[in-house]
Amino acid sequence: MTKKLTFFDWALYVTTAAMALLWLIPLLWMVATAFRPETSPVGTGSWLWGGSFTLHNFTRAWTTAPFATYYRNTFVIVTGILAMQMVTITLGGYVFARMNFRGKDLLFLLFLLQLMLPAEALVVPNYNTMDKLGLVNTRLAIMLPYVASAMGTFLMRQTFKQIPRDLEEAAVIDGANHLQILWRVFIPIVRPTLAAFALTSISFHWNNFFWPLIITNTNNVRPLTVGLALFTKASEAGADWSLITAGTLMVVAPLLIAFFLFQQQFINSFMRSGIK
Amino acid sequence: MAHPAPAVGAAGNPNKRRAPSFNWGPYLLLLPSLILLAVFTLWPMVASGYLALFTANMAHKVPVYNGIANFKDLFTSDLFIKAFKNTLLFAVVTIPASVVLAMWLATQLNRKLRSVAIVRAAFFYPTMLPLVSAAAVWSFFYNPSYGPVNLAIKLFGGATHNWLGDPKTALPAIMLVSIWKDAGYFMIFFLAGLQSLPSDLFEAAELDGASRWQQFWRITFPLLSPTTLFVATLSLINAFKTMDQIFVMTGGGPENATQTLLYFIYQQTFEFMDRGTGAAASAVLIVILLAVAVFNQFYVDKKVHYD
Repeated sequence: MTKKLTFFDWALYVTTAAMALLWLIPLLWMVATAFRPETSPVGTGSWLWGGSFTLHNFTRAWTTAPFATYYRNTFVIVTGILAMQMVTITLGGYVFARMNFRGKDLLFLLFLLQLMLPAEALVVPNYNTMDKLGLVNTRLAIMLPYVASAMGTFLMRQTFKQIPRDLEEAAVIDGANHLQILWRVFIPIVRPTLAAFALTSISFHWNNFFWPLIITNTNNVRPLTVGLALFTKASEAGADWSLITAGTLMVVAPLLIAFFLFQQQFINSFMRSGIK
Repeated sequence: MAHPAPAVGAAGNPNKRRAPSFNWGPYLLLLPSLILLAVFTLWPMVASGYLALFTANMAHKVPVYNGIANFKDLFTSDLFIKAFKNTLLFAVVTIPASVVLAMWLATQLNRKLRSVAIVRAAFFYPTMLPLVSAAAVWSFFYNPSYGPVNLAIKLFGGATHNWLGDPKTALPAIMLVSIWKDAGYFMIFFLAGLQSLPSDLFEAAELDGASRWQQFWRITFPLLSPTTLFVATLSLINAFKTMDQIFVMTGGGPENATQTLLYFIYQQTFEFMDRGTGAAASAVLIVILLAVAVFNQFYVDKKVHYD
């Protein structure tokens, strides 16, 4: 498949590369501003990369808003959701792939419904439910609506379906029950799928904003995204962009660094979660 | 993450052999998921439809039944109509823009080279950012006095503009953020689609002297149609979910130029404490999304096949 590069090819390459650069500008600018003294941020006064390097903006941001608390909350929420999802999607995927029972199609439809309706559309009634349960302004309330995951269940179902039946026959003959088979025979095989799902789940919930915004009303339970949005709105008035970019960078850095290190894994798992 | 399932048939292959028998087993194993889905997916649909029939605001702490008055009010409310129109406009612009861009990027980047991987990352990384932080950065970009957008325009001798402050340009400016954010994400689905195309088709076309332009329109584009439809649906759902950028960048203004359905729901329910109106607007949104899903299930299942 080697072809001679025409002028047209080169024009396309250059266009794509230029666009890639354009796409990167927000990130580059964010990094550049965050590490510069607040008196001479990028684009205001002195030109681009000149000027000195400082970490002062980060210490300022860290003390202006309770980022340590936000970090802890995001961590608890993300790992809590993931841990519970691992259980629900493994069980659900196994049942839908390997068992026949009355009402299977109907229950499958219930899962499908979750895929069709983004959680954002349901915030008003879900808020009322949390209110009735007395869970408003708790981290548990942020987690609960996402613990059952149709997407994860379908992913696991596909994976279980691809495993040959012979594998569990031996275990059945040995008299093992479903849970034992699941634990001993299947979990080791489906681990890669669980890992791929984990990447999308972590990314999604690290970045999730709308539901945590409305279900929380004090900083001690707010995650990073909500904290950052409120912080940004407060600092925007003062046009303190070095502070805003430092705060933003603190929020996005863990995921972004992980992405640049494990690009292929992230892209693959995002792809799988979309197309089954 | 709520995605529409492109090709998940409920009627899968029935298992050939019976599973070891105990009847309560499957229900018990599904129980955690079923309870959560019932409470946080099924019930909310019913509940928002029900609450929509009541007046429930600051003046009526205890909801008062009022029939379909909330819906009547909605469809005669300028603000709701505006939010509705803006959401549709958002969809009409961002869907084709991001789908075409993503498809084009995928065709350009469908090579296994290290340099290509880096360029791909440049387009994909916005997917890893929370919308609120992307919105914060873009707010600065659009800043009227020292934002890079205006600086660049000045450099080329153009007239500067208050992009987010002008009702005419505020919504398009936010659309641009969404396109920037989504193009790389959608691109990966087209990349997967391209890699699944049979290469002998292209070799045959090449032998027949088909130009690359013809190859694209006669082979690539039709064969990618399932992916295109899937990505367009994702994009449509994103348009209806538009809220985070609005919250950070404009707060629905100026002059309600950036009101969207979801922002309207948020404001009515949680800022103005009018839960009845919020529930009615939620019901409208739910019906729209269900209609999209049903259309998709039928259309995708009937017209398009890939496994």
